[in-house]
Parts: sequence; structure tokens; C-alpha cells
Amino acid sequence: MSVKLMQGNEAIALGAIAAGCRFYAGYPITPSSEVAEVMARELPKVGGKFIQMEDEIASMAAIIGARVGGLKSMTATSGPGFSLMQENLGYAVMAEIPCVVVNVQRLGPSTGQPTAASQGDVMQARWGTHGDHPIIALSPISVSQAFDLTVKAFNLSEKYRTPVILLTDEIIGHMREPIELPDFTTVEKYEHVVTEPPETYKPYSNRTDVPPMAAFGRGYRYHITGLFHDEVGFPTQRLDEVEPWLERVNSKLERNPDDILLYQADYQPGARVAILSYGATARTARHAVKQMRARGEKVNLFTAYTLWPFPEKAVEALADSVERIIVPEMNLGQLALEVERVAGRRKVTRVNRANGEMVTPDMILAAMER
Amino acid sequence: MDKRTEIRLAGEGGQGMILAGIILAEAAAIYDGKQATQTQSYGPEARGGASRSEVVISDGEIDHPEVLEADVVVALSQEAYKKFAGSVRPGGLLIVDEERVTLDPEVEAVRLPISRLAKETTGKSITANTVALGALVGLTGVVSRQAIEKAVLARAPKGTEEMNRRALEAGFQAVQKLRVA
Repeated sequence: MSVKLMQGNEAIALGAIAAGCRFYAGYPITPSSEVAEVMARELPKVGGKFIQMEDEIASMAAIIGARVGGLKSMTATSGPGFSLMQENLGYAVMAEIPCVVVNVQRLGPSTGQPTAASQGDVMQARWGTHGDHPIIALSPISVSQAFDLTVKAFNLSEKYRTPVILLTDEIIGHMREPIELPDFTTVEKYEHVVTEPPETYKPYSNRTDVPPMAAFGRGYRYHITGLFHDEVGFPTQRLDEVEPWLERVNSKLERNPDDILLYQADYQPGARVAILSYGATARTARHAVKQMRARGEKVNLFTAYTLWPFPEKAVEALADSVERIIVPEMNLGQLALEVERVAGRRKVTRVNRANGEMVTPDMILAAMER
Repeated sequence: MDKRTEIRLAGEGGQGMILAGIILAEAAAIYDGKQATQTQSYGPEARGGASRSEVVISDGEIDHPEVLEADVVVALSQEAYKKFAGSVRPGGLLIVDEERVTLDPEVEAVRLPISRLAKETTGKSITANTVALGALVGLTGVVSRQAIEKAVLARAPKGTEEMNRRALEAGFQAVQKLRVA
């Protein structure tokens, strides 16, 4: 292993290849374009396919189709493109097609500011596509973790047959930091094993949380639709078929919290205040916490790597440990809504910056005085 | 907390200041075994406009990755000077290209003819960013001389290694003379 200096976006692309991604479809957009650049250069070297699509609607459709055909797939975009992907993202949820969608957040709404940083798509990642649905969103705090969480995104996506959103930001995407890349052959990869013969295979069997997925073109045939469907995939309106599906799909993530909910809780006995953050802002939070601790002040630090599903039990424990939780974000208060839901509004102090610039350590320190 | 050194390299788009930042961060992280982060901001223009590269170097973990209060600012253009000279912390170091930057009367800076040195040494003013790196490292020692040399050479396009080595050396020499004087 050797140390390289690399952008977060490059680390995401390499993480995808290490995780077994062999299909990328996308439409370049700042600040995510380096993901496409690296994929275009590196995927063909490992026998993968890169397609530049006509837009993000088609990109999302293409990665779903590729995975149905048996290739692990990914796309990368930013806010405007992520908006266009919402419809097909819901389709992937409904049809339980694994895929990874990278959103390198920039300042919005609309085309906003391409090179300005933001964490403004947190709620869109959760609720951007219509209807109740499960979703996983992971958010790295460093270049090195951008690689690791991309691998994790693929594995969770496969294991739970759900799209996973890698929700990063312009800071992490464009920042260069040292990273030691592992030998890609040693990287853990989740693969579906289908033991059932094609005649009796049920792609949407409700007997387990996640039925194994057979790829098309290998003797397995089944129906795929965005309509509610029965265990073999055909549309149905029968409640005795719809309800087991609803129950299974909407609880498959929450039944496996230890696997999915990634966070770091750094407690100091006697602390009365905690800081909770994620993404690039987590770096600022750490900076502020180290300053406070150097002055002898006690403070708890909670870093969320999984934003969705929200790690509510862990945040509940955090809320029980302190009188106040400070939530800095590069938006007008999005994950803070979840923290408030769990901890109660009066316990939460928001620190917001939504002008394209990072939150600073001083802004967090000032909130301590409030 | 570990001591961090915060450096801001600024110039016109096209002067290679973002690349200079990457090379400096590589010198620190790859060849000196330190921690480093490099961030940048640029306008939509490919050339012209003010472009800046920020490097934070530390022996320990770097948390907030951007410059908060610059220890060193290098400004290769008047616009870069106007925008970023004020971001040097008290007691910090400001390095300017004396032929491209007119200093305000109260401002203290190390004035070097960076673009002219580049032109004289290599015949190409585009090596000014490498000259600036030589001067910066010569004055601050923020990375070792071997590390910056290795980092510059690793990034130099094939066939331009010697030219870039000479540009770097010109930067070192310029600040040596300064010290003697």
C-alpha cells in the first residue's frame, strides 16, 4: 500500500470499482464530474462499461437496467441531476434493484451555484421520491472514508436490494487528502446467491427480509414493475399480496440496524453539551471539539455516517447524556429536524450556513455560548 | 492540538496556483509523511479571474480542512493580493510577485520578482508557480527541500523535469539572497 493524494470524487470512483461496480451511466455535473472522469478512464480497464447518457433521468434508468442484467452499477450527480433521478429512484426502491447514486451536494435550489458547497439535499435524499419507502444514505467525512463508504454503499445496496445514496458534498468531493488504497481483491463484496431453480424462483418472496436476486440472461425470467406486485413480480391489488410486501420492504432496513447504522459516538463523562454533525461539517465539529477539550471543557461528539435510516436510538442515547445538542449544517436545518424529533426541540441548537461556504469552528463555539 | 500551518496560494486562473497547492500537499503527505489537505476555489473562467488553492499541513490529524487564518499567503497578481492579503494572520507571511503587485503603504510583504525569475531561469513564465513554491519552502521550511523537489518532479510533464527543478532552485536562491541582504 502506498499513500496517494486524491480528491474525494476520485476515491468514490475507485471505491466503486473495488466494490465490483462494472457499469456507470451518468451526465457530468459540477461538483461531481471527477467521478465520471475516473470511471470513464478506469472502468474499461476492468471490463466494465461507461456510458454518458443524455440526461440524469436516463442515467438512473440505465443503472437500474444494468443491475437487472447482472452488473453492479452506479451514477453520480449533484442537486439538479438528483432532482431528475427521483422518479426512477423510486422505481428501484419498488422493484428492489440494487444501485448506488452519488450526490455531491452543491448550493441550491435549482442550478444554484455549481462550485459552492452545501448539505441541502438531506431531506431530498430521504423523501425526494414519492410514497413511503425505505432508503439508505451514507455521508463520508474524509477522502479515505469516501472510498470506504462507497464500498459499503454497494454492499448494503446488494444485501438489502435497495438503492443507496452516497450523500457527499462539494468539500469532500473536491478536497485532496492522503489515502492508502487497499488491494482491491481484498475488498469485501456482497454477491447474491440464488439456489432456487428458475421454475420455482420467486424474486419477491416475502418469506425472508430480502429474497436473493437473480440476474436476467442466466435462465431466470420474471416480471419487473413499479406497480405493487406479487411474489413473482406481476401487478396485484390483492391486499393479501400487497400487505406482506409493504411489511417486508418497509421494515427490511430497520430490522437490521447494526449492519446499516454507522456513526461514531465520542462521550466524555460529565459533558452537558453534545455536537452532532455529518459530512464535511463533521470535520469542523471535530476541530471545535478539540479546541474546547484543550481548554478543559467537556463535550460529547456524535458523527453520523448513516443519515438514512436516521440512527434514532443512538441519538436518543446522546440526548439522554446531555442537556443540549448543537447541530451544525451547511443548510437551513435539515438533519436538525430529525434530532429535534428524537431529542425534543428545546434541547437542540441549530448552527446553519447556507451560502456555499463551510461552517467555521468559531460558529460552533459561538453556539456554545448561546 | 497539533500545530497546523495554513497556506493560501492565489493568482490569476491559468497561473497554476491550484497545481502548486496540490504539489505542496503531495510534498507534505507523500514525501514528508505529514497530514495535508488541499482545497480550492475557482471561478467559472478557465483563465483570468482570481483562483486560489489552500493547503493545510500538520503533524497530526487535520479536522477543519480549509484555511481559517492564513500563516502564509502567496499572491501572484494584483487581484489575488487585493482579495487575500488581508487574510494573513498577524505575524504571518505575505509573499508577492513584486512586478505584478503594488503593495499598499502599510502592508509588509516579502517582495520577489517571481514571474521575471521564472522567465529568466527557464524562459517560460508559466514556471512562476514552481518558483513561488521554491521561495515559499525556502522561507518557511513547511516541507523539506527534498520533499518539494520530489513532488515537483513527480508532477512535471516528461521532458520538463530539469526546467522545473531549475525553477524551484531559482525560488530557493531568491530567498537565500534575501536572508543575506
